[in-house]
Amino acid sequence: MTPAISVTGLTRRYRDHLALDEVTFEVEAGSIVGLLGRNGAGKTTLLRILAGQEFPSSGGALVHGGRPAENEAVLRRLVFVREDQTYPDIRVRHALLAASWFYPNWSAELADALLADFGLPAGRMVKRLSRGMRSALGIAIGLAARAEVTLFDEPYAGLDAVARQIFYDRLLADYAEHPRTILLSTHLIDEAAGLLERVIVIDRGRIVLTADADDLRGVATAVSGPVLAVDEFTAGRAVWGRRRLIGQSSVVVVGALDEADRVRAGSLHLDLAPLTLQQLVVQAAGQPAGARERTSA
Amino acid sequence: MLLEEAGPLRDMAGLDEGTALFAQIAERLAEEIADGGLAEGERVPSMNELAAFYRINPATAAKGLNLLADDGLLEKRRGIGMFVASGARRRLLAQRRERFAAQYVEPLVTEAARLGIDPDELIALVREFSQAHPVTAQGGVTV
Repeated sequence: MTPAISVTGLTRRYRDHLALDEVTFEVEAGSIVGLLGRNGAGKTTLLRILAGQEFPSSGGALVHGGRPAENEAVLRRLVFVREDQTYPDIRVRHALLAASWFYPNWSAELADALLADFGLPAGRMVKRLSRGMRSALGIAIGLAARAEVTLFDEPYAGLDAVARQIFYDRLLADYAEHPRTILLSTHLIDEAAGLLERVIVIDRGRIVLTADADDLRGVATAVSGPVLAVDEFTAGRAVWGRRRLIGQSSVVVVGALDEADRVRAGSLHLDLAPLTLQQLVVQAAGQPAGARERTSA
Repeated sequence: MLLEEAGPLRDMAGLDEGTALFAQIAERLAEEIADGGLAEGERVPSMNELAAFYRINPATAAKGLNLLADDGLLEKRRGIGMFVASGARRRLLAQRRERFAAQYVEPLVTEAARLGIDPDELIALVREFSQAHPVTAQGGVTV
């Protein structure tokens, strides 16, 4: 089966800045994938190229087997919702109407439901909407388009926690009924983690990790307690970080712990805290530039 | 605004982000079966019902269901859904008994030893506690 998104050796250079450096990955059709990384890592550039709004310097990006740029056949199967989307001088209802003409699977019913959920007034001029309400409009269009490939680039600028929760819940509910490929770029990893089937972590234009989200949970554990006990427990194990403060120590152990490990940790009075997806991504993408060579192995 | 500051971690109905979610889904369903909340022959929630309730990816929920199905605890009926297999409860309770010593007795004995409570004293304490706090019909103790 052709993957929904196929990116090969994709490089984007701006003068002396390398935004994307030989990026290669595939996204299977019908999955929700998180594109994670720090600000400036290259997430937006990547999504803009997938949406046909920018050209690669070299390498290629295919959406359902076709190049997206200036390719209507591909663009009608794809919706791109970006952070701080701008709109022409029109009313909310007209923005939805225009989208309904463009997207073949458009659901007016879902668009109306989302308008009600977010409290978006259909008659309001888009330029008079608050930043959060403009984000809500973008989300409504992105979901109601029911495009085969849905690209969300940090789509919730100005939205509070309650509105973001509505976004996640509606996305999940509609995806359950109408499965499609969703690529969601976000730095709010803890919030979105449960939604994601796979994650792609990008750091300084390079992919540093691709994995099933669930495979990453529990692969590393913070072990803390008295220095001697921590040293005894972690001896011979792969570890990431080591922090120490008068008699106490905290070390991240890489690799799953079994029942015997837990019992041993208990008898050593150690505290075990598995790293969350967010903490793991910080490990993968949060290193200072000089440290990358050591963690990318 | 204030809501932003409140640490808006998504409420996944008590699932914990530090272990594989599919395993937690399987574990919770197994608990429910062992406790009799899901009777043998009863339909278990679908992938999409679980996904909506726990606010997780449907593929993750499906993986949890399949883990139990592969184990023979659930059976698939084509086009209808998954059902609790006969004998599932008995098997789960047997597994729990096997884990009982490692899960409960070991930490109890270890902590007792640390406090200088010898095994005879420990047994007396357990007996005393059971008499003072009889187990209720719901399986809890009255404290």
